[in-house]
Amino acid sequence: MSEENKVSRRDILKMGTAGAFGVAGTYYFNKMAQFPTVAKAANGSSHKTSHHSNHSNMIDKTKTTGYKMAERLLTEFDYGKVTKLPNGQTLREYEVVAIDKEIEIAKGIKFPGWTYNGTIPGPTFRCTEGDLLRFHFINKGSHPHSIHFHGIHPPEMDGLTSIFPGQKFTYEFEAKPYGLQIYHCHVLPLARHIHKGLYGNFIIDPKKPREPAFELNMVMNGFDLDLDGANEFYTVNGYAFAFMNHPIKIKKDQLVRIYLSNLTEFDLLNSFHLHANYFTYYPTGRNDNPSQFTDTIMQCQGERGIIEVRFPYAGTYMFHAHVSEFAELGWMGFFEVE
Amino acid sequence: MKGKGIITGLIPLIILIGVLGFVLKNGAGVEKDPAAPIEVLNIERIKVTNTGFELSVSNTGPTPLTISQVMVNDSVWNYSVSPQATLERFEEGKINIAYPWVEGDPHTIKLITENGIITEGALAATTLTPETNRSNFLNYGLIGFYVGIVPITLGLLWYPFMKRFSRKWINSILALTVGLLLFLFVGTLADGFEIGAEAPSVFQGNMIVIIGASLTFLLLIGFDQYQQRKQEKKGYSPFGMALLMATGIGLHNFGEGLAIGSSFSLGEAALGTFLIIGFTLHNITEGIGIAAPLLKTTPRLKDFLLLGGIAGAPAILGTWVGAFIFSPIWGALFLGIGAGAIIQVIYVITKMLIDDHRTHREPSVSWLNLSGFTIGLLIMYFTAFFVKF
Repeated sequence: MSEENKVSRRDILKMGTAGAFGVAGTYYFNKMAQFPTVAKAANGSSHKTSHHSNHSNMIDKTKTTGYKMAERLLTEFDYGKVTKLPNGQTLREYEVVAIDKEIEIAKGIKFPGWTYNGTIPGPTFRCTEGDLLRFHFINKGSHPHSIHFHGIHPPEMDGLTSIFPGQKFTYEFEAKPYGLQIYHCHVLPLARHIHKGLYGNFIIDPKKPREPAFELNMVMNGFDLDLDGANEFYTVNGYAFAFMNHPIKIKKDQLVRIYLSNLTEFDLLNSFHLHANYFTYYPTGRNDNPSQFTDTIMQCQGERGIIEVRFPYAGTYMFHAHVSEFAELGWMGFFEVE
Repeated sequence: MKGKGIITGLIPLIILIGVLGFVLKNGAGVEKDPAAPIEVLNIERIKVTNTGFELSVSNTGPTPLTISQVMVNDSVWNYSVSPQATLERFEEGKINIAYPWVEGDPHTIKLITENGIITEGALAATTLTPETNRSNFLNYGLIGFYVGIVPITLGLLWYPFMKRFSRKWINSILALTVGLLLFLFVGTLADGFEIGAEAPSVFQGNMIVIIGASLTFLLLIGFDQYQQRKQEKKGYSPFGMALLMATGIGLHNFGEGLAIGSSFSLGEAALGTFLIIGFTLHNITEGIGIAAPLLKTTPRLKDFLLLGGIAGAPAILGTWVGAFIFSPIWGALFLGIGAGAIIQVIYVITKMLIDDHRTHREPSVSWLNLSGFTIGLLIMYFTAFFVKF
């Protein structure tokens, strides 16, 4: 046992003291350490030092291919090739080609889309109530597609039959009723075919023309990049923040008419909110529907309507989806009133 | 070797080069283009600063890629990439995002490439990443001290108590040590695989752990045999054995330090503080383990200090590495080495136990030894409750 004493009792006491000090220190550790045990809201210091200024995300003044497409679709209406039938009825003929095409949906992001005539959304077809319409549809895509028009027409023209790649079909019907219609592909799987980009607005003007106005076409849509059933980007006319970096120019007191539809896939609703002003909303573009005087409306998938608004003051007015998430993911823009 | 000999060696090589060249030029003959672009972008580290986030990224995919958009918490955000948005294969880049983050909140950062491939990085509870300054360095060092050196020293304090045991009891304590170490081995290996899985897949984190563990084990055994032959020793001196154990445990504690340091730097501070207390309790048993082989000898105080330091100090190093320069692939390698060192200690102690019992014509798996082994496992199992969630 004498060997054992080489570690003397005093040594053991020393070690014990060191150990006890350590344990005590462990428990007092919280107080001396700078690491918080409770999560707190930021105290503002990070905001003061942040270089981020309000609504400056996605500043991009370049006019990319994607932006140009969205801008073109804003004011471009396809009236078709117009002829008169012997009975005096107007005949409008449109050519619609389904094409697989990569679309730029946000700066630098390519989306492998399925398109009508190479854009997402497709062209805005426009006619007057009572016209005879012929849509010559050619499928040059890799999948079967169709065109299902909203409105009143014979069921065999309803677009439920698949037109296979390389095939053609002519949809023929009389334009009715007046209002804002939409069209989209109706081939299964439906969600995939629509989300890929096969949709657009279809305006049937009333026989008695509406009051002249500065007219805009806006299709609300979304893009799911990783195919998880949730959109990464939300846009109007297919390009994120398009009208934020290049505001839509409007004249003071000018009547502005917006043909607005919701073709967002995977989300139940989308919405439109206008800052610093009120507008009149005509559901489905019908003057005889109860209208609303408001600054925010919502639309479920396939719902659409006409917004009429005048701006009494010069300046920039923001508009966006009032679902903040959609707004921050691309569905946000400005009117510039001068 | 004669010229003919060299040629016979070269022929298969030349044919191989020819075949590879043919395949590279003409393809494998099955598929021309991949159905979807293959892009692999890795987020190696997210640093949280006063103004936002700083991401270290690398392209470990087969082709160059371009970062086109960044989203933070489902919001498209401004960012800048250096050196440029297009990264060549194996090129590294830094992404700066000015973002008014909220202390303690989770934040998700999505990087989207030109082809729409999304890479996600997440902060579970956002807090400032510790800057490498003197006071932080000391604070983290202190954590390592409490987790590593303190409990092991406390464990060593049982030495005089254990000293009163007879040979059979000492052996059962060694068996207990084997139990402790087995638990540590499995735990270290599992931690290694967990961290390795976070590393870019091209580096094969799991294989790094296995390579690290097996090579360390064999190297230590080989070194051992070399030493024994050179010195004509029969086996380890008790102090040599304790030293070996302290080294293995030290490498394991490096891993624990890594876990604590990175949990603090990843914003899980509340968890980190609890981990400190948990690991401290857990690690007391490691001190007992290291003291066990010394029971047959007469160590001095400085031996204890040396052993405590070797086993405990790596926790300090680990905490620093975890807090300031953590990278999954290095973590996987260190934990692999730790696991290899621990299994070697298990091997050595078990061999020694068996030899000792054989000399005395006793069964090596006696009831006493089995109980010791079981208790060793159970102590580790239950004290680990403090650090598992």
